[in-house]
Amino acid sequence: MLNFVTKVRFGMLLALGLLAGSVQAQEAEGMAQSGVRVGNLASVQRGARIYFNYCSGCHSLKYMSYSRLSEDLKLSPEETLASFAFTGAKIGDQVTTNMPEAASAQWFGKTPPDLSLEARAKSPDWIYNYLKSFYLDPSRPSGWNNTVFPNVSMPNVLWELQGTQRAVLSEAKKGEEPKVEKLTLANPGRESEEAFNDTARDVTAFLTYAGEPAALVRESTGVWVILYLAFFTFLAWLLKHEFWKDVH
Amino acid sequence: MAKVFTSIGTWITDRAPGMMPMYRKHMTEYYAPKNFNFWYYFGSLALIVLVNQILTGIFLTMFYKPGAATAFDSVEYIMRDVQWGWLIRYMHSTGASMFFIVVYLHMFRGLMYGSFKKPRELVWLMGMLIFLALMAEAFMGYVLPWGNMSFWGAKVIISLFGAVPVIGDALVQWIMGDFNPADATLNRFFALHVIALPIVLLLLVVLHIAALHEVGSNNPDGVEIKKGPKDAGGHPVDGIRFHPYYTVKDLFGVGFFLVICAFVIFFQPTMGGWFLENDNFIPANNLVTPAEIKPVWYFTPFYAILRVIPSKGWGVFFMFASIVVLFLVPWLDRGKVKSIRYRGLGFKIALGIFAIAFILLGSIGAGKTTEWIPEIFGRDADLTFIENFFGRLLTVIYFGFFAFLWAYTYFGKEKTKAVPERVTTHA
Repeated sequence: MLNFVTKVRFGMLLALGLLAGSVQAQEAEGMAQSGVRVGNLASVQRGARIYFNYCSGCHSLKYMSYSRLSEDLKLSPEETLASFAFTGAKIGDQVTTNMPEAASAQWFGKTPPDLSLEARAKSPDWIYNYLKSFYLDPSRPSGWNNTVFPNVSMPNVLWELQGTQRAVLSEAKKGEEPKVEKLTLANPGRESEEAFNDTARDVTAFLTYAGEPAALVRESTGVWVILYLAFFTFLAWLLKHEFWKDVH
Repeated sequence: MAKVFTSIGTWITDRAPGMMPMYRKHMTEYYAPKNFNFWYYFGSLALIVLVNQILTGIFLTMFYKPGAATAFDSVEYIMRDVQWGWLIRYMHSTGASMFFIVVYLHMFRGLMYGSFKKPRELVWLMGMLIFLALMAEAFMGYVLPWGNMSFWGAKVIISLFGAVPVIGDALVQWIMGDFNPADATLNRFFALHVIALPIVLLLLVVLHIAALHEVGSNNPDGVEIKKGPKDAGGHPVDGIRFHPYYTVKDLFGVGFFLVICAFVIFFQPTMGGWFLENDNFIPANNLVTPAEIKPVWYFTPFYAILRVIPSKGWGVFFMFASIVVLFLVPWLDRGKVKSIRYRGLGFKIALGIFAIAFILLGSIGAGKTTEWIPEIFGRDADLTFIENFFGRLLTVIYFGFFAFLWAYTYFGKEKTKAVPERVTTHA
């Protein structure tokens, strides 16, 4: 019977391992992995530059302030404002847009959402794939469509970097719409495919950071906490061993 | 220095003479069987998690602002601007899930070793009440961040009360204080989550432990150590003092457990959407329904029973029945032998199948089968049909376990092994 208990115990450890493994695998399903590392400061900084040049005109980051960005991205307040604050914001301000809410809903069919928590609501891999999946579609009001987010309201703002993609459609079955099989580059942009992957990854890294600024310190703190707890557990085990010597 | 401590001690015991006897009764002279195994860590672990939830909860309430217009923002404020706020919040959210892991294992231990049997029926009942209060506590806590899954989860769960005949709809509105989950709902859930239910939980925990210490702990052999030989002091030979023996042993268990918790908190705080769901990072919106409304993992087995039963009324009935039936276990199981070690093969197999059915029901409730079924049965398979078929089969197995347990023991079909006179130690 001791065997049974031991087996169950190992089974549970195994299950925990598998669970942790499946957590990793789950994120990858059906999408290319973004390979984002929030700890890569250069990547987050590049992503911030692209974000503020191409995205922040419409999309606010209302939970982020410029001062926090300056602190976390290791930029001086002056650098931060010069590089990012195109709206005349001051260092303590939150990252808002000048986009009028009601009018923009009319222009795009939907007010551009705040993106502070986009990486948490959708996952980094989703953002990475979304940024790469725009294609020309004359049937849409904006002229653009997206395979990750079908019938999206937004045009591809990064088209001058990525170039323009066209959809290769599969043969339609009777009574069904044709499906997008793959996207091909119709006109190259300023960046090669590889360079644009990096661009998309950098933007994703920045939004992952913006979704959880604590992620910058979370894992490095965790290493010390776990080392401490492991040492504590070892001491507790020695103590237990010592006390239990007289139990027969 | 020692003298000062002794005189302070004497000063207190002179004025509170009942204190030391109580300390002795529950700690140094509480004799617990010496053969506790791995499964006996989960009681003390549940207590540790409870303390964690209360302490982190106190700090969260200092910054959290209940109210439909303020709740979501205040949680992000805690995550971003409050010093160590992210850590406190992750400790609380991870603690909620760990609480259920620990409690489920603790309950399974009770089933394995017959810890609910005479004379421990009250211990089991108090424990079941704790489980019930914990479910209410967790549900209301989940609503507080006021994310979109909070909102829709609250709407679905509260609307279950609409299945009550005659007064159903009025009851739903009374609980919500509105026609939808709204500001009033959030505020009352906050009150219940931080005051009412924690008080109930603490009281029940005290009663659970008090009831246990009246009759003494069971053990993996299911042998009553009080009926065994005694030493010169009248204490059971197979028992050891709770303090220091089990306090140091549990200290080791707590350390090991905290390492696992720290791994989740610092490296996988959302556990891939199992502990914190993606849709809950979107503010509550009564116009946008999440792609799939599902409760957090710890409710999914019960939620699956609700979902696979075609009528709402019967679905709600069987979902509540699946919890109520657990209360009745001490009277359903008539077997005299407590521990699985000496019980019949039928019991061992039935308990194993029951555990598997519970986990599979959980994966249906969590929507995992919508991913698995196309993989196993092909893309064109009828998802709803297959899911309902297996879900209903598993529901029958879930309830079947309790029916079997009763029939198996009532009609004396169980072939038990001889129970030893004393505990078998494997020191």
